[in-house]
Amino acid sequence: MASVNESESRSTQITVSDGALIPDRGEGSIFSAWNIAFFGALGLVILLPVISPEPYLEVIRFVPDGILKTFQVTVISIIFALVIGLVTGLGRISRNVFVNRLATVYVEVIRGIPLLVQLFYIYFALGRFLSLDRLVAAITAMSICYGAYMGEIFRAGIQSIPKGQMEAALALGMSRRQALRLVILPQTMRTILPPIGNEFIALLKDSSLVSIVAVSDLLRRGREYASTTFFYFESYTMVALIYLVITLFFSKIVGIMEERLETGGR
Amino acid sequence: MADSRIRIENVTKRFGTVQAVRNASLTVAPGEVVLVIGPSGSGKSTLLRCVNRLETATEGDIWIDNDRVTDPRGNIRMIREEVGMVFQNFNLFPHLTALDNIALAPRKVKGEPKQTTYERARTLLARVGLADKEDAYPSQLSGGQQQRVAIARALAMEPKVMLFDEPTSALDPEMIKEVLDVMLQLAQDGMTMLVVSHEMGFARAAADKVVFMDNGEVIESGTPEQVFDSPKEERTRKFLDHIL
Ligand SMILES: Nc1ncnc2c1ncn2[C@@H]1O[C@H](COP(=O)(O)OP(=O)(O)O)[C@@H](O)[C@H]1O
Ligand SMILES: [Mg+2]
Repeated sequence: MASVNESESRSTQITVSDGALIPDRGEGSIFSAWNIAFFGALGLVILLPVISPEPYLEVIRFVPDGILKTFQVTVISIIFALVIGLVTGLGRISRNVFVNRLATVYVEVIRGIPLLVQLFYIYFALGRFLSLDRLVAAITAMSICYGAYMGEIFRAGIQSIPKGQMEAALALGMSRRQALRLVILPQTMRTILPPIGNEFIALLKDSSLVSIVAVSDLLRRGREYASTTFFYFESYTMVALIYLVITLFFSKIVGIMEERLETGGR
Repeated sequence: MADSRIRIENVTKRFGTVQAVRNASLTVAPGEVVLVIGPSGSGKSTLLRCVNRLETATEGDIWIDNDRVTDPRGNIRMIREEVGMVFQNFNLFPHLTALDNIALAPRKVKGEPKQTTYERARTLLARVGLADKEDAYPSQLSGGQQQRVAIARALAMEPKVMLFDEPTSALDPEMIKEVLDVMLQLAQDGMTMLVVSHEMGFARAAADKVVFMDNGEVIESGTPEQVFDSPKEERTRKFLDHIL
């Protein structure tokens, strides 16, 4: 998840840890860590069902709805998280004390509670009063949690833009709102796109938590197969490999995006 | 109708315990060019930034014609539309082309039609000698070219006053002239200008008045000849010895 250091918030670099494995630039050889991991995993996902179709092909047949559900939860959550994050990030830099405190407290509270506990809280605790659909509860928990982290990314991104940009915009007669929309945020995009990509990957992995409230995502489907057939080892091996292939694929895309943004002129 | 376009009356600006500007007063008549000189940290930028309220004066009043900039309830955005500002570091918008840098504010702030803003932007680019650079991004331009685009951007709002904060200080020597030439032309066209700069050549060619600041205070002011050739104050003399 993004960890944005207060004292470093002025620099353009947004440090992100615990994303997925970030492809190491400059390590272009075919034996790069990424290549070994990705093609190794992909090879196993293809080979194992061929070599031993009995459980492996069966698992592969069983989990696709789960993969779809995982993507559904991830994509919907990330969209809400982005919206919440933008609002929170703007709140964190707001000069309105109330708005500022509200956004800051939200970020601090959410970051201090494990995602799994938030999920339980929304589904089981609030569920007593609201009776939320489990999918809705899962997406709500993921969005609220990741919204806080996204908020920090937006805040750091906005604060990484030199002060002179806001001043130039204000001096031309723009309102702060116009300056943010027309001048600051468009510039922020290139800095925050890679960290947002990493949040997407982290969220995709964390989405496996929703299986606990019985949303039938990839992990849940694997578990269902395992518990009816008792092929625990084979089922979870397959599930792990599929997660790995997906996250490595996206981390490659994030890496390429990062490189483009760094080298891409202007 | 006020007879001065910019009137700064007894302005003091404090940052915490730092007194950046102390009880400074000065006026700029319509069409006049006033140059502010003084050592680094003497409050020149702060005073200039109080004029369009990028900094809020702690005490005193500033007027642009009949509009009181220091009125906390006044509409500062309307005043800023009429007060162009050029920064030491250009502050062009890096994600926009030269043309879009210039056309943005007239369209978004004044709500002028796109067509009009682009036509004026092209005219202004030609005026600062960069007609062939309309699609260039700031990073593709030299410092001198960026500063000329920044001047064009400010002029696009059709201001009645232009503020310049050390517009050539960040430039390589060979680029200073191209920017000063644009400013000189602007001065000859009758623009009211308040300029922080130590460019003596520009001062003698264009300035009606030179103001010397030290330690937040206005120490003396007069024509370029008076201040440069026979300064009244010892501090002015010392400073001039230092920079000449
Ligand atoms: N935003 C600020 N916060 C605190 N002190 C400031 C700020 N801006 C300027 N100052 C201080 O005010 C004084 C005058 O600064 P400035 O107006 O930039 O001088 P000049 O432009 O003549 O070099 C300096 O001592 C400077 O450190
Ligand atoms: Mg200065």
